[in-house]
Amino acid sequence: MLSKNTAPNLKVREPMTDAQLLMTITIAIFVAMYGLAMIFMGGGFLRTQQLFDLLNDNAALIIVSCSLTIVMIGGGINISVGGVIGLTVMACALFLNDIGIQNSGLCIFLTLLLALGIGLAFGLLQGFLISYLDIQPFIVTLAGMFLARGLTTILSVNPVKVTHEGFLTLVKTKATISWLGYTAKNGNLIPAKLEIGAIVALAVVLLVYLMLRYAQLGRHIYAVGGNQQSALMLGINVKRTRFMTYLISGLLSGLAGFVFLMHKPAGNASVAMRSEMDAIAASIIGGTLLTGGVGNVIGTFFGAMILATIQKIIALSPLNESWWQEMANGAMLGLFIMLQSVILSNRGKRGKAKVQAAGRE
Amino acid sequence: MSMIKRVRKSGGLGQLLIPLVAMGILLLFNLFRDPGFYAIGVAVNNSGNRVLTGNIISIIDSASELAIIAMGMTLVTAACGGQDISVGAVGTIAGSIFVKALKGFSSINLGTVLLALLACCLVTVLFKLFNGTLVSVFRIQPMIATLILFSCGRSIAYWIVGSATPQIDSPIISAMGMTIPGIPIPTPIFGVILVGALLALIFRFTTLRLYTESVGVNEGAARLNGINPILIKLLSFVILGLCVAVAGVIGTCRMGQVSHKTLLIDIEMDAILAVAIGGNSLGGGRFKISGSILGAYIIQMLTTTLLAMRVDPVNIKAYKAVVIIIIVMAGSPVVKNRLTTLWNRRRSGGLHAASGRG
Repeated sequence: MLSKNTAPNLKVREPMTDAQLLMTITIAIFVAMYGLAMIFMGGGFLRTQQLFDLLNDNAALIIVSCSLTIVMIGGGINISVGGVIGLTVMACALFLNDIGIQNSGLCIFLTLLLALGIGLAFGLLQGFLISYLDIQPFIVTLAGMFLARGLTTILSVNPVKVTHEGFLTLVKTKATISWLGYTAKNGNLIPAKLEIGAIVALAVVLLVYLMLRYAQLGRHIYAVGGNQQSALMLGINVKRTRFMTYLISGLLSGLAGFVFLMHKPAGNASVAMRSEMDAIAASIIGGTLLTGGVGNVIGTFFGAMILATIQKIIALSPLNESWWQEMANGAMLGLFIMLQSVILSNRGKRGKAKVQAAGRE
Repeated sequence: MSMIKRVRKSGGLGQLLIPLVAMGILLLFNLFRDPGFYAIGVAVNNSGNRVLTGNIISIIDSASELAIIAMGMTLVTAACGGQDISVGAVGTIAGSIFVKALKGFSSINLGTVLLALLACCLVTVLFKLFNGTLVSVFRIQPMIATLILFSCGRSIAYWIVGSATPQIDSPIISAMGMTIPGIPIPTPIFGVILVGALLALIFRFTTLRLYTESVGVNEGAARLNGINPILIKLLSFVILGLCVAVAGVIGTCRMGQVSHKTLLIDIEMDAILAVAIGGNSLGGGRFKISGSILGAYIIQMLTTTLLAMRVDPVNIKAYKAVVIIIIVMAGSPVVKNRLTTLWNRRRSGGLHAASGRG
């Protein structure tokens, strides 16, 4: 936004926008962190499989982070995503165990439809309440979280393990890439394995990126998040756009639930507990502003990967205790937030100075 | 006619109408469901004191921490236009400091308890000042700024006390958390009254309320009028910090131990909910503390009612969500406008009919 302040007669190269700058920092920090882990921790980090494991373990987180980025760019917030994942996982696990159809392909397709349906229902309800009834997003999605968590325990208090054979084969199906593998001590080549969920997550990142960048809806979301009044004056249907952000977010949460089940085929009342906060943190680290209008889903992807790397490093280090990880996450988040604030305010000052200089000339 | 309209606009009841109606419906519902719900009895507790028992007493008692935090949250919401989601975590830190300080003293008496309370207020205020600085000086969205302590506060609490559930046992502690011998009313209720009265006095004798509201409504305009928005925002965080410290200590004394995993768990969500149910805008500006207190009691009333109806405690959240959605829908500006239009049309229609007849 600030970059447009430069007067047309000044020959300066178009500087990076705020979002691009923040995203670049995020990617740089991820690369630096992973590089340091390679140097100091060695072992697993030198193998491609480690990177793939980060993707495999955090596929659901990456998907919900994307959904949160969309909502946050639109100027809203959605804290029900973790609850929706938990509900989807539980409902799908129960559905798979109870279904009597032997055709496993159809079974899995129906389960996917169920997962998307649950997500869609939450998205529809919350989107309607927030955009058409004008209720505060935080409260609506908080109620959504309570509802999803409550429904999960109503479905089953006890953990449910998936016993459906067809689905379990799907869980075990992995894409193997042999040239990225490594040779084990006994001389066998162990290929790098990528789960279906991780591939889905990468596809979601790409699709959301394209949608935000090129589709009309994506441009509208940026406009509405940046300034609702101006968007309204430009003739954008603000209510419908906000509604759509929650709808997409709900759908993606349902998909994330299905991906979660593909990674860990068991339902549990505490599945994805507090993952909404992780998703928000990933979006923020990736350079999305909660005020709306600024953000990039590629940054979010690297934000989620940074959180995943911290988790991995602490799990492999002697400090393997949950409270160390929480503290590291908090410190990391604090660092990024301060960094963003300082950078943005500095740029703001420089932008103003430039405009003043141009005015004097 | 215009007089009436003006009075109605400036009259304070408008904002409280929906929470009051919600409370009324809950009370009526319980009355029809089971009149015994309101029975109040006197029983002798473990330490031999006569205490009041009954659902109403338990509602008012167990909502104490929530009500105290909701008061501070209202102020932060009004000044900053955002919410602090780290209150539960920082409250746990307050409890940990309290326990740590008491363990450091050789004996637990009134003096050491007061010193420990002072220490925990100090530390909590420091933590809240950290949040407040991020929000006011660095201009970070409150929810994001407080996400830091939300995600690591409980770990800090664990780190402070160094073990999972350190216990403290003393007559003074149980008097603070449960009942003082000779007084049948649970002590936490006095905590709420004390904090509420202090805030009421501050609002009565200082310009804090006006300044907070003006910063919340329009920060730029407030600055042009000579109000320092940074100071006002920091002050709101300090007051919230004191509220959180008191709530954390009450929670710790009630349990006789501090457990970093369960103390004040999910209270940030309930506190924000209480502020919203009380009719306050989460976007900042004008506020009513009484609304938030009422909101806190509504939430607790709802929980107790559901428990009395033998709903499984783990399933309560789902029913709570439905009621919350109904309450906020009733308070939604769109629904309000629709209803007002409908009401006016009916009334004017009725007037026409009456004049036609006349």
